[in-house]
Amino acid sequence: MNVFLTYTVLGLVIGASYAIAASGLVLTYATTRIFNVAHGATAMVMAFVYWELAYNQGLSNWLSVLIVVFGVAPLFGALLERWVIRRVADSGVGVTLVVTCAVLVGLIGAAEKIWPPGVHQVQQFFAGHGLTVGMVRITGNDLLTVALAVVVGAVLWAFLKFTRLGVAMRAAVDDKELLALHGGRPHLMSSIAWAMGSALAALAGILLVSSQPSELNYISLTLLVVNSYAAAMAGRLTSLPRTFIGALVLGLLNAYASGYLWTGPGWTGFREAIPAIFLLLMLLLMPQARLRVGRLAGVAGVRTPEMRRVGLASALLLLAVVLGNSVFSEVNVNRMALGLCFAILALSLVPLTGFSGYVSLAQFSFFGVGALTVAKMHSSAPTAVLAGALLAAVAGILVALPSLRLQGLYLALSTIAFAQIMDTMVFQNPSLGGFGGSLTTKRLDMFGYRFTSDKAYAILAAAVFCVLGAGVILLRKGRYGRVLIALRDSPAACATLGLNPRLARVAVFAGSAAVAGLGGGLYAGLQNQVGSTNFQFFNSLPLLLIVVCAGVTSVSGALLGGILLMALNSYPSTQAYLFLILAVAAVGLGKQPNGITGWLFSLRDNPLGARLGLGSAGIARGIATRSVADKSSAIDGSVSVGENAEVEA
Amino acid sequence: MTRLDVKEVTVRFGGVTAVDQATISAEGGQVTALIGPNGAGKTTLFNVVTGLQKPTGGRVFLDGKDITHTPTHRRARHGIARTFQRLEAFGSLTVEENIRVAADAVRAKNAKPAQVTRGLIKRIGLERYADARADAVPTGVARLVELARALAIDPELLLLDEPSSGLSEAETESFGELLRDLASQGRAVLIVEHDMGLIMRVSDVIHVLDRGRLIASGTPAEVQADPLVRKAYLGEEDEPEDDEGPEDDDGHTLVLSAADPDDDTAAVPPTRPTRPTQPTPPASPIPPLPKGPGPQSGEPASGGWF
Repeated sequence: MNVFLTYTVLGLVIGASYAIAASGLVLTYATTRIFNVAHGATAMVMAFVYWELAYNQGLSNWLSVLIVVFGVAPLFGALLERWVIRRVADSGVGVTLVVTCAVLVGLIGAAEKIWPPGVHQVQQFFAGHGLTVGMVRITGNDLLTVALAVVVGAVLWAFLKFTRLGVAMRAAVDDKELLALHGGRPHLMSSIAWAMGSALAALAGILLVSSQPSELNYISLTLLVVNSYAAAMAGRLTSLPRTFIGALVLGLLNAYASGYLWTGPGWTGFREAIPAIFLLLMLLLMPQARLRVGRLAGVAGVRTPEMRRVGLASALLLLAVVLGNSVFSEVNVNRMALGLCFAILALSLVPLTGFSGYVSLAQFSFFGVGALTVAKMHSSAPTAVLAGALLAAVAGILVALPSLRLQGLYLALSTIAFAQIMDTMVFQNPSLGGFGGSLTTKRLDMFGYRFTSDKAYAILAAAVFCVLGAGVILLRKGRYGRVLIALRDSPAACATLGLNPRLARVAVFAGSAAVAGLGGGLYAGLQNQVGSTNFQFFNSLPLLLIVVCAGVTSVSGALLGGILLMALNSYPSTQAYLFLILAVAAVGLGKQPNGITGWLFSLRDNPLGARLGLGSAGIARGIATRSVADKSSAIDGSVSVGENAEVEA
Repeated sequence: MTRLDVKEVTVRFGGVTAVDQATISAEGGQVTALIGPNGAGKTTLFNVVTGLQKPTGGRVFLDGKDITHTPTHRRARHGIARTFQRLEAFGSLTVEENIRVAADAVRAKNAKPAQVTRGLIKRIGLERYADARADAVPTGVARLVELARALAIDPELLLLDEPSSGLSEAETESFGELLRDLASQGRAVLIVEHDMGLIMRVSDVIHVLDRGRLIASGTPAEVQADPLVRKAYLGEEDEPEDDEGPEDDDGHTLVLSAADPDDDTAAVPPTRPTRPTQPTPPASPIPPLPKGPGPQSGEPASGGWF
């Protein structure tokens, strides 16, 4: 009984801090319809700021809490809203997720720069004080956490229900223009929401680090608050009371799991996966979204290149790799090959995200399935790589099938849940076929040639990339590619033409996962040794960010993305700068959704004259290769052309 | 010949009854029109027929077969195609690709989808836009793209939701001929339209909906003479519907019921001031629209959508 009580108290305390974090998430989402992936990272950074003030600068604990929660955090939230969020507010789910991902990795990068790894510990509040109920000891810190959760819940509820400002905030999300017409100030509302959300993240972060006095950790703290996603989904991102209940249930589940669950080898990682499983369940309980009708908005895409040009580009890439082989040092040749393996991984996002508009944060898991297969088979035959691709495709189908009803953000969240489950329950768990530490791998042996040298491997990876890249371009030119884009633009219209949207979605997930798995198989061979840490869910965040910034709609964007990802892995010291650049690039996505390469293409395709709408040839070209940046000129052009449209029946 | 029967279909959104026990039919070889003021439930009925909206009650039959619970994409394979009142062209594909997606979707029917696509582009007169992205063409043209796309699956039953808005007078004229042509091939054409001139000219049968209820059915002459229609459709002392081609969908000014439940923006009270309508002689209850070569009628509606 006492054990049960102890775990119940523990669960309630954990649940209380999840509830605080999740309510901040719900507040920002409900007001601005932007899901803040960086919520956990905000909590992490604010916990560090708290440590800095209270333990490095020697201010009192309470003063530091007040400064962080009522000063630094809201200011940060408001500035973030002003400079970043507002610019992408009208973009699609893909862009807003990527931009908040950029904020997340940017915050982690910044925290690592400002507070280099070292001893960062905080004490419990009311250390030494507490209550003893029966045999169960409840610390002062625990009581504080629960009390604050109750206060936060009550204050937020009353604020949204009864105050003028709160009601206006709820109105802001329904129709910003309408609110503005009635004298409301939607920008102010969203600033306030982000400031409050950030303050709540800070409070949750501080409570979490002080409840379990251990070394402050950049990633684990960020991920800890990821658990609040699950709680927020229990309230379907809009209902505060249900969010609180969800948080408490999740906290209790977590505590009971650690207390009672059988601790056999097969269950390792199950407890860590509980929030992800909870999140997945909540998503699967979402009601079916109606097919949205009533918009005509294409997503900009780059012009599909001629196959002749694709051949030329492939030859150039191979030539560059051969050249690199003869110029670069051994280490750099290895890096080049690594970059090409990552490019294959990045390529897997092109049909999935670039064409179909599905945001996936499970790509590294598919990559890992391919690598794991190759490592487990411990074979140098190409069949091992192909088997890896096949198994990854199966994993892709497993992700797609349960989430068939989900759209946009919810689909993305379900891929997060899947990646977390794969990471904790499979990759880290040898008894379920996972790595369990790391495994050695063999290099490919194909056509009677053994690709033992890095140089040969680099050429192999480049050749595979070229073949797959050409395949992606052929896909885009063909029937299936048109269907993917049509499905993204209007699922309703597709259905009325007899296309089965579910089949197409499962197929694109399977194909994308297979490409990622193939890349993973090659990667495993290159590395000689792979382990579960290579394929953590967390890696998929920078991957998505980098590829989308580089240009997720084009094969060249995937190549650039692969190289950038390699740079991130190989030169950790550049991380902070790279993330800063990416954060800036990500904000630009609202204007140029085709990323860096799309921007470069648009410079090539639309010289300045056409951009300004001068000359009919330029305009016609502008229509054909229109990107969002050129939207206005293209429309002007089409209107003047379209004035004497005729129907010839 | 194909035949659509909608029997006593009811659709309720929360407390609002958008369609109330409506029974209509459409037959192959005929143009059947569905008219009624905004909010009458016309588009909702289209959504029920195509399967995008589940009815609260009632049944839908195609050639006597109950399709009430058939998913949308299967209905399309049974020969139902439609266009949308609020455009649903594939914005990031070119006009040609838009049609090609549909031609490919029924490859069993279309031996040569590329040819079918080219043929439709020519037939509907979209040559000059073939390579333009669908989100960059004027609204009227985008409607024709949707029509061509729907025709590409070679439907037995074609549902057109306000296809002529955005077309000029000359374009509307030839569009009417196209409709007659489609019906004469044996297709059933069901059309929702505000252009009364066009409707009276091309329809064989007209169904009139008001606030979700069917209030009259018959030939154009019968419907024009129906006192209930006069009252409900025009309002007793209200002005006739002001409906010029180029107008945006949201801009129809004769609003008899407060909100259009078909419309995504239904929850929002109208913020745009309604355009003052012109008084017309009371002698002709549903006058053919004066579609003179006015400054407005020749202009494609291109604003608002982008």
